[in-house]
Amino acid sequence: MTEKVLMKGNEALAEAAIRAGCRFFFGYPITPQTELAAYMAKRMGKEGGVYLQAESEIAAINMVYGAAGAGKRAMTSSSSPGISLKGEGISYMAGADLPGVIINVQRGGPGLGGIQPSQSDYFQATRATGHGDFHLIVLAPSTVQEMTDYVFRAFDLADEYRTPVMILADGMLGQMMEPVVLPEPKTEFPEKPWAVTGHKGQRSHNIVNSLHLQPERLEETNIERYERYARIKATEQLAEEYLVEDADIVVVAFGASSRIARSAVNKAREKGIKAGLIRPITLWPFPEDVISAAADRAKAFLTVEMNMGQMVDDVRLAVCGRKPVEFYGRAGGIIPTPAETLAAIERLAESLEGGAR
Amino acid sequence: MHENLKLSRFTVIIGHYGSGKTNLSINLALDLAATYDEVMLVDLDIVNPYFRSSDYTEMLGQNGVRVISPTFAGTTLDAPSLSAEVGAAFDCAGAVVFDAGGDDVGATALGRYAEEIKAIDHEMLYVINRYRNLTGSPAEAAALLGEIESACHLRATGVVNNSHLKDETTLETVLDSLPFARETAVLLGLPLRFTTVPARLAGELSPEPGAATHVENAYPIEIHVRTPWEDVS
Repeated sequence: MTEKVLMKGNEALAEAAIRAGCRFFFGYPITPQTELAAYMAKRMGKEGGVYLQAESEIAAINMVYGAAGAGKRAMTSSSSPGISLKGEGISYMAGADLPGVIINVQRGGPGLGGIQPSQSDYFQATRATGHGDFHLIVLAPSTVQEMTDYVFRAFDLADEYRTPVMILADGMLGQMMEPVVLPEPKTEFPEKPWAVTGHKGQRSHNIVNSLHLQPERLEETNIERYERYARIKATEQLAEEYLVEDADIVVVAFGASSRIARSAVNKAREKGIKAGLIRPITLWPFPEDVISAAADRAKAFLTVEMNMGQMVDDVRLAVCGRKPVEFYGRAGGIIPTPAETLAAIERLAESLEGGAR
Repeated sequence: MHENLKLSRFTVIIGHYGSGKTNLSINLALDLAATYDEVMLVDLDIVNPYFRSSDYTEMLGQNGVRVISPTFAGTTLDAPSLSAEVGAAFDCAGAVVFDAGGDDVGATALGRYAEEIKAIDHEMLYVINRYRNLTGSPAEAAALLGEIESACHLRATGVVNNSHLKDETTLETVLDSLPFARETAVLLGLPLRFTTVPARLAGELSPEPGAATHVENAYPIEIHVRTPWEDVS
């Protein structure tokens, strides 16, 4: 089907997962991602899959662990406080090298926070989703079409690298409507010879486990996993560049705030300021190669985020002191306006003209 | 063009999530404000915290429309409670538009006022959009209305074709939706009250019935419900 349909971001995440072959969804309702679970409840049965509302977020993520351990494509979704609860299970999945997709439709925090959109779980997604040495692959869509496409990709990445993959969306993306082209349902899936499906006396036991009481063995698993992470870093960094080539000021923004930033960049160009935009698509691995290359040419960077300043740290690491990196953001569920983002670009442009470079 | 549509003084808007109920309700309320001294828009959506009538209270107020919102709308407190102020709508001497929540779940709150609404002369318009996923066929669209009606204890009196693809809506988008809209109305045994057309495209319509670009009972609408990056100011 190539005809465009109008979908809410949350619905697109769910439909794309079903088309990617996910037949196991375990969730627990929370605003602003509830439509995703509601959509799964409606559709999963018709596809011969399982929709289960667990008794808690912790139960849901551990059900994903179970289904993934049996070699099935499984997913859970929540919003910020619910993802915190899933943290333990996500760490267990990483420790057991299990593929799976976790969706975070972020809302304002910390604590119970609010129910309006936010990007304040960037640190949680890229640094400390749970305990222990591990990373998730983190994808950040900025349109409903990308919600569809990245979920599809997330299942493949998860299987390829045997790692949990997170889609880091936000309430605005989850709730808004846009036309999308849905992908054809996937019919071919990779073999999972490691899955615990019963050996039927034909092979030795497969073991899915994250407990290793011998430190040498545990260190070995960590080292092996970090070799895999190095491969992911080398091959999977993804970013979109917009008007970056001749840009003096490079705005860096992901997800919903990248759409605001793009409007502001266009306005800045109209005013004669050479602005451009880098939109990280993978937040882990962070597209440091693209940022680093831009730092050779650009005069300054400005990150625009719906938080108090989180991704700005990764931009600073990539720029490595070569150029100034400034931050503009709003928190608590407030989305920066294109006008105030433009003002931040103009302030930065003025400071550069003032000779402080 | 829409002067001929004879909008009712009490109009209830129901439909699928994202079919465009709120944008339609805002347009209806603003148009009614040109005729009536007193116009109320009652936001009955206690499910969805985003993209709702209450977000437009200030703009509507400036244009003579009083918005009655759920008690905690827009406060980020996720508490589904309706305001006693809704009762005032039934004493309104002017016109009232009720904007219900999406699907059967969203329309449940409307059921609280079923007896009051039945007692007054009203229209209940079922908003359909051919391009919405899962309600894009006449049979699917017709089936959803049954669920909504049993949740709110009220019966629709007409269908509104609000088929669109947001900013990608072209004249063809609208024209291609007409057979779907007619067929849905026939399946439901309800009149197709009108078809919305983005105001920017209304000039391209032919007034001649039978012409390829003619839309019967076209209702030009402005797009008020937008994402924040479309803020061009």
